[in-house]
Amino acid sequence: MADGNAHVAAKSFYEEGTTKKSTGITSWLFSTDHKRIGLMYLVTITAFFFVGALFGVLMRLELMAPGETIMGAQEYNTLFTLHGVIMIFLFIIPGIPAIFGNFFLPLQLGAKDVAFPRLNLLSYWIYLIGSVLVILSLFMQGGPIDTGWTFYVPYSVRTTTSVSLPLFAAFVLGFSSILTGLNFIVTIHRMRAPGMNFFRMPLFGWSIYATAWIQVIATPVVGITILLVIIERSFGVGIFDPALGGDPILFQHLFWIYSHPAVYIMILPAMGVVSEIIPTFSRRTIFGYTPIAMSSLAIAFVGYLVWAHHMFTSGMSDTSRVIFSLLTYIVALPSGVKVFNWVATMYKGSIDPKPPFLWVMSFVFLFSIGGLTGLVLGSITADIHVHDTYFVVSHFHYVMFGGTGTIVFAALYYWFPKMFGKMYNIKWANINALFYIIAFNVLYFPKFIMGYQGMPRRYYDYLPEFADLQMLSTIGSWIMFATLVSIFLNLYLAIKKGKKAHNNPWGGVTLEWQTSSPPPLLNFDREITVNHEPYDFSQLKELDYESK
Amino acid sequence: MLGFFTGYAPASTTETVDNVMLFIVAISVVLLIGVTATMIFFVFKYHRKKGHKPVDIHGNLLLEVIWIGIPTILVLAMFYYGYLGFSQIRYIPEDAFQINVTARMWSWDFNYPNGKKTDSLYIPVGKPIKLIMESADVNHSLFIPAFRIKEDVIAGRTTYLSFAAQVEGRYDIACAEYCGLKHSMMYTAVIVMDEKNFEKWYNDSEDISETQEEVAMAKFEIPSINLLQEKGCMTCHTIDGSEKLAPSFKGIVGTKRIVLTDGVEREVIVDEEYIRRSILYPNADIVKGFAFGMMPTQTYNLNEEELDKVVESIMSIN
Repeated sequence: MADGNAHVAAKSFYEEGTTKKSTGITSWLFSTDHKRIGLMYLVTITAFFFVGALFGVLMRLELMAPGETIMGAQEYNTLFTLHGVIMIFLFIIPGIPAIFGNFFLPLQLGAKDVAFPRLNLLSYWIYLIGSVLVILSLFMQGGPIDTGWTFYVPYSVRTTTSVSLPLFAAFVLGFSSILTGLNFIVTIHRMRAPGMNFFRMPLFGWSIYATAWIQVIATPVVGITILLVIIERSFGVGIFDPALGGDPILFQHLFWIYSHPAVYIMILPAMGVVSEIIPTFSRRTIFGYTPIAMSSLAIAFVGYLVWAHHMFTSGMSDTSRVIFSLLTYIVALPSGVKVFNWVATMYKGSIDPKPPFLWVMSFVFLFSIGGLTGLVLGSITADIHVHDTYFVVSHFHYVMFGGTGTIVFAALYYWFPKMFGKMYNIKWANINALFYIIAFNVLYFPKFIMGYQGMPRRYYDYLPEFADLQMLSTIGSWIMFATLVSIFLNLYLAIKKGKKAHNNPWGGVTLEWQTSSPPPLLNFDREITVNHEPYDFSQLKELDYESK
Repeated sequence: MLGFFTGYAPASTTETVDNVMLFIVAISVVLLIGVTATMIFFVFKYHRKKGHKPVDIHGNLLLEVIWIGIPTILVLAMFYYGYLGFSQIRYIPEDAFQINVTARMWSWDFNYPNGKKTDSLYIPVGKPIKLIMESADVNHSLFIPAFRIKEDVIAGRTTYLSFAAQVEGRYDIACAEYCGLKHSMMYTAVIVMDEKNFEKWYNDSEDISETQEEVAMAKFEIPSINLLQEKGCMTCHTIDGSEKLAPSFKGIVGTKRIVLTDGVEREVIVDEEYIRRSILYPNADIVKGFAFGMMPTQTYNLNEEELDKVVESIMSIN
C-alpha cells in the first residue's frame, strides 16, 4: 500500500536468514529463503554461462580459418556438444525461472516465500548435483561426450566416448526443473496476496505459470527417453538402434516431444520480463493485458503439437511433414500478438530509455529476426534446404541468445537495485547495450548467409568459399565476449562499491517496488492487500520513487 | 553471393526452394522494419519530458483482431507455398532413373542399375533421378546445396530423394547429419553430364575408380592398400599402428588379443580365418576397448575375389 516506505527499513534478507547463523557459506547452502536460493542460482548459472561462452569462443577460433587452427576434429566435436549441453541444460532452461522467478515471483505476488521453501532448496541441490555430474563426465573413460546436445541414436549408442553419465546428468537436472515448476504452480494458485485475482497478477507471473506447466508435463518424457538410451547402451536392449532391432526415428520423436516445448520453457519467462519492463519505463499500463496473458497459455499448449518440425528431412511420412508445418505456423501467431502489444504499450507513454528498456529494445529487434527466420524453417520447402545448416544455428541463437539471453541481462539491469540495494553505472550499461547489439549481429548474421549457401552445422572444417564470413563471425565472437565480461564487471563493481540504490529507482508499481532494497527476510513489513490492476501508474503519486 | 538473385538454377528444385524463400523473406523484412521503426519512432516521440502526461490505453479489440487476422492470412499463405513446393520436390516421375545410395562413416557409395559402383554421383542432365538411400552405420544426410535439397539417410530405413539437374557441371554433396569424427569431410560430388557423355560413361565397363580424377583421394604407394582405401576400410583402420576408432592393420598376423564374444572375454590369435570372419561378421568378436556395432558387415561391399584380395592386403601390412 501507499505508505510502505514510510517505515524504518527492517533488517534485509542478507542480515537475517532462515538458518541459525546469517552469514557464511552454510547460511546460503541451507537457506530456504527464495531470495537467497535465487541468488545462488544466479552465481552458479553465471559461472556455467561463462564456461559455455568460452567454449563458443574456442569453437569460433577453430573456425577462423579452414583446416586445423587450434584443435583436432575430436576436440571440436566434444566442444560443440559441451557448449550445447551447458548452455541448454545448465544456463537457459533454469535461467530466468530459477534466478528471477525464485527471487521475484513471491515478491510480485505479495507472498512471504514460495509454497514449498524446502522443496525449493532441494531443487537447487538437485541442480548442483546434476551440474557436478556433467563436469565429472568430462574425466570418464572414453573422453568427453561427442554426440551433439541432441544425443541422436544410433551414434550416441555406438560412440566410445562417455555418453551415459552426461545423459544421466540431464535426467537429474530434469527433476530440478520439474520440482521448480511444481513449486511455482502451487505458489501462484495459493500464495497470491488478498485482492490479487489472476487478472491482477503481473504478466511475469502468467509467463512463469505457463512455463511451469510445460516443465511439469514435458520434462518426464525426456527423462524416460534418456533412461532408455542408457539401458540400450549398457545392456544392448534394442530400442532405438536398428542394429539391435530398434528405431532411430522413435528416438527423434521422443526427444523433440520434450525438447521443442523446452524452447518455450526458455523463451516464455523472458517474454514475461519484457511485459514488466515496458510499462515501467513507459509509465503507462500494458496494452492488451489479457491477450498477452492468454498468448502465453496458447504458446504453452500449441507448443506441444509442433515437435516434428525438427524432423522435416528425417524420412518420416510426407503427410506428417505437411501437418506439422501447418501447426508450426499456428504457433507463430501468439508470439506475434505479444510483440505487437508490447510496441503498442509504448504508444502515448512517457518513455525513459534507461538500460533495462534499451536491452528490451535490443530484444524486440533480435527476437523478431529469430522469429521471422523461424517462418523460413517452418516451410517444408525452404526447410529442406536450410535444415541442419548454419541457418538453423543462427535462427536458434537469435531466438535463444538474442531473445532469452538478452532478457537475462535486461532483467539483471532491471532488478539489480532490488536484489543488491546498489546501483550500477548507467552510462557504462548503455554503452554495453550498443556493443552487444553490434557484436551479436557480426557474430550471428553471417551464419544466415553461410547457411543458405550450404554450410552444414557441426562441421569441424569447411570449404574455402566460406572463409571470409567465418572470419567475420569469429571477430564478432571476440567483441561479444569482451562485452559480456564488461557487463559483469560493471555489475560486480556495483555490488562491491556501487552507490546505494533507491527502493524504487525506476518508478515501478508492481509489489516488489513497494518494499525496501534489498527486501527483508519475509519480503514486506506489512500485510499486503491488492486493490489495483498490476500496471496502474496512478498510484505512483502515493508511492515513494526516485523521480529523476 | 546468394544464387537466388541471379536466377542461376542448376536443378529444378533450386527455383522451387528459392521462390518460397524469397516470398517468406520479403514479408519478414517488411514486418521487421515495421516493428523496429515503429518502436524507435515511439521512443523519440513519447520521450519522457515535463508536462507530458502518459495516456493509459488498456487495449483495443479491433487492433487485436487485425494483428491476429492479418498474420494468420500471411502464415497460411507461407504454409501453402511451402506445401506446393514440397509436392513438386517429392513428386517422382515414373521414368525416373534409380540409383541406390549407401552412406557410411564417412563416404558415399552409388550403385547403378547395371552394377556400376562409384563414390561420386554421375547423372545425365535433364533426366529425373531418384536416389534410394540406406545407411550402413549411423544417420547421415545427403545434401546438395546447389540443388537446395537434402534428405536424411537413416540407419535401418530406406529414404529417397528426387530431382532433375538442369545445368551440366560439378556440384558438392555434403553430409548434413552429424555422424562423428570426420563428418565435415564426408564430401563428394554430383557430376552432371550431357546425355551422350553419360551413356558413354555408363556403358563403359572399364574400372570406374581409375577414371575418377575429380575425387581427391590419397593414393598409397602399395597398390593393394588402394583397394582398402576404395572399400572404405581406411576411414577407421590405419596401417601405421595408430588406433583411434578401430584396431590398426599393422603387423597383426600372429598377434594375440583379447576379444569379447557374446559379452565373454577370450583370447584369440590373429590368422587369416579370424580376419575373414571379422570382415564378414564384424560384431562376432569385438577387440577389447573398441565399440560394438561400429563396423557394418562387408558381405555386400565385397565379392569373393575382392574379399580374398582384401584379406591378403591386410595380412601383408607390416
